[in-house]
Amino acid sequence: MAVVTQVVRSEWTKIRSVASTVWTLSLAVVVTVAVGTLLSGLANSQFSKMPARERLSFDPTNISFAGMTLGQLAMIVFGVLVVSNEYSTGMIRVSLAAVPGRATFLFSKIAVAAALVLVVGMVTSFAAFFLGQAMLGSHRAHLGDPGVLRAVVGGGLYMTLIAMFSMGVAAMLRSPMLSLGILMPFFFLVSNILGNVDATKKIGRFLPDQAGSHIMQVVPRVGDDVPYGPWGGLGIMGLWVIAALAGGYVLLKRRDAQ
Amino acid sequence: MIEAVGLTKRYGDKTAVYDLSFRVRPGAVTGFLGPNGSGKSTTMRMILGLDNPTAGAVTIGGYPYRKLPNAARQVGALLDAKAVHGGRSARNHLLSLAQLSAIPARRVDEVLRVVGLQDVAGKRSKGFSLGMGQRLGIAAALLGDPQVLLFDEPVNGLDPEGILWVRNLMKSLAAEGRTVFVSSHLMSEMALTADHLIVIGRGQLLADMSVTDFISANSADFARVRTPDTEPQLREKLSSALTEAGGHVLPEQDGALRVTGLPLPRISDLAHEADVRLWELSPHQASLEEAYMRMTQGAVDYRSSIDQKAGLQQLLPPGAQPPMPVPGQGQPGWYAPPPPQQGGQPFAGPYGAPGAPVAPPGGFGSPQGPYGAPQAAPNPYAQPAPAPAPGPAQPAPAAAPVPAPADLTKPEDAR
Repeated sequence: MAVVTQVVRSEWTKIRSVASTVWTLSLAVVVTVAVGTLLSGLANSQFSKMPARERLSFDPTNISFAGMTLGQLAMIVFGVLVVSNEYSTGMIRVSLAAVPGRATFLFSKIAVAAALVLVVGMVTSFAAFFLGQAMLGSHRAHLGDPGVLRAVVGGGLYMTLIAMFSMGVAAMLRSPMLSLGILMPFFFLVSNILGNVDATKKIGRFLPDQAGSHIMQVVPRVGDDVPYGPWGGLGIMGLWVIAALAGGYVLLKRRDAQ
Repeated sequence: MIEAVGLTKRYGDKTAVYDLSFRVRPGAVTGFLGPNGSGKSTTMRMILGLDNPTAGAVTIGGYPYRKLPNAARQVGALLDAKAVHGGRSARNHLLSLAQLSAIPARRVDEVLRVVGLQDVAGKRSKGFSLGMGQRLGIAAALLGDPQVLLFDEPVNGLDPEGILWVRNLMKSLAAEGRTVFVSSHLMSEMALTADHLIVIGRGQLLADMSVTDFISANSADFARVRTPDTEPQLREKLSSALTEAGGHVLPEQDGALRVTGLPLPRISDLAHEADVRLWELSPHQASLEEAYMRMTQGAVDYRSSIDQKAGLQQLLPPGAQPPMPVPGQGQPGWYAPPPPQQGGQPFAGPYGAPGAPVAPPGGFGSPQGPYGAPQAAPNPYAQPAPAPAPGPAQPAPAAAPVPAPADLTKPEDAR
């Protein structure tokens, strides 16, 4: 246990002593909150012109999280860099020479980074919600409304899970360029396309971000036939995260450290 | 104490280390020598549990590294000076390593002072020179005040002052009873630093002996004897006379003879008796570097070769002789590039004397090859005046023996 404390302290030093941490995390906050606020304001002014169908399923909570699609990309970069920096700099050999236990090393590192992301994610989520609602005026939702608190807390959890998934992928791929080259287009484009094209919708909705983002919906879409609830969706995302981390751990244990 | 038993590492079908067994004892600096790519770093990584051996095992104090209790306090290592996040300051880098092994933070400033980086401790390490990086890596190795220290090429990129400092540091660490294992590809450096040598080539053990043993076994004295270039028969005559007297005679590349087993006065007497004039009779000592090269020459993976420039060069007109390669380039058995041959000078060696027999080409490629090479100290007596700077028509001084007839250059090309 003592070793875990040591590794956690060391990882915290590593995370706080590089500029990329501050940059990626503050970008995630700013982008998510700014885009969410902007789109909430836009929705408020356009509400009367919306078709009735859209007005029926208008989800004031979810619209304030509209920046998440972009903001999560910064979280992915953070997650990837935390892990793959070890490989790209060669620090991994120094680190593993100091902590021969692969599990202790990897999971302590991920725990520290995830804890930091959780704090930042929660701050982002609440900030995006309150600012977004302030822009929505009369259409606003309240934190006490049914399902709203769940959605806001879920927003923070979603950001944490997406960063952890990226850490797992980076632990498997090791190279930051390769990891980002796969994760960024996947979450920005591929997943959205798969989730919105009818032919692939049934598969697309089980992808980590599609499933996980359901937690942020309060009002279900009209004609929504998703086979899982908000927590079920987050659970599916959690399974993806576990798979990615397990893959990263198995490869780290098996492979030579380089 | 580091102990390797039958250590083998394969990457795919390439064997990096094969059946390596050795012991590194405490209280001494053990040099780990081998050419580039001979498996030194792979062995070091296996010692640290970073690479898994394909077969065999290596232990530190009886434990495999991954099972070693509190490994970071017992073993310190410098593997790669550049293994630092460039955006992190030297102090934070060391602090994160210190925290990994529960070393108090004040120790970080201590080791920074030891390696002389205290003034740049707050600077990002991406601005560090290779030498500063090495110092930072050494600081990291010293952090836990470990009993076992591994250094992979620690003097790379260091200035002379730094090299001296590393040398003294290693010695003082060993004097405190620690186990110090230093890899290098420089024999000269190891001869000054190490007490014991482990030499590998192509991943296999070539030698495991103390430096004193290595020196006495490998640096035999010899005499260089030069007979008049103009009379090759004298050379033959002396050669047989010396062999009869129990000496061991090896022809050198420039026509001189390398004689072992006979004292200098005796050689002189024998020459006098045989009625052979001598142009040179000088005492020499084979360098350790040379002994090391001889030992590893069969195991060098990356050997430079002559640039064939196939398809890039214009065909030579018939009858023209191809330019002679620079001696020592890409030819096994050549160690030190010989000094430029001063073509046209009467005393410059066989090339200046048409008809002088050149040592048999087999002698260069054979295990005795090294004897053909060391001309590191050009014979001052044989060259009364420095050669004029090569004219613009001569591409390289070593390719200068223009007056040499074509047949004399053939053996060079034949190899």
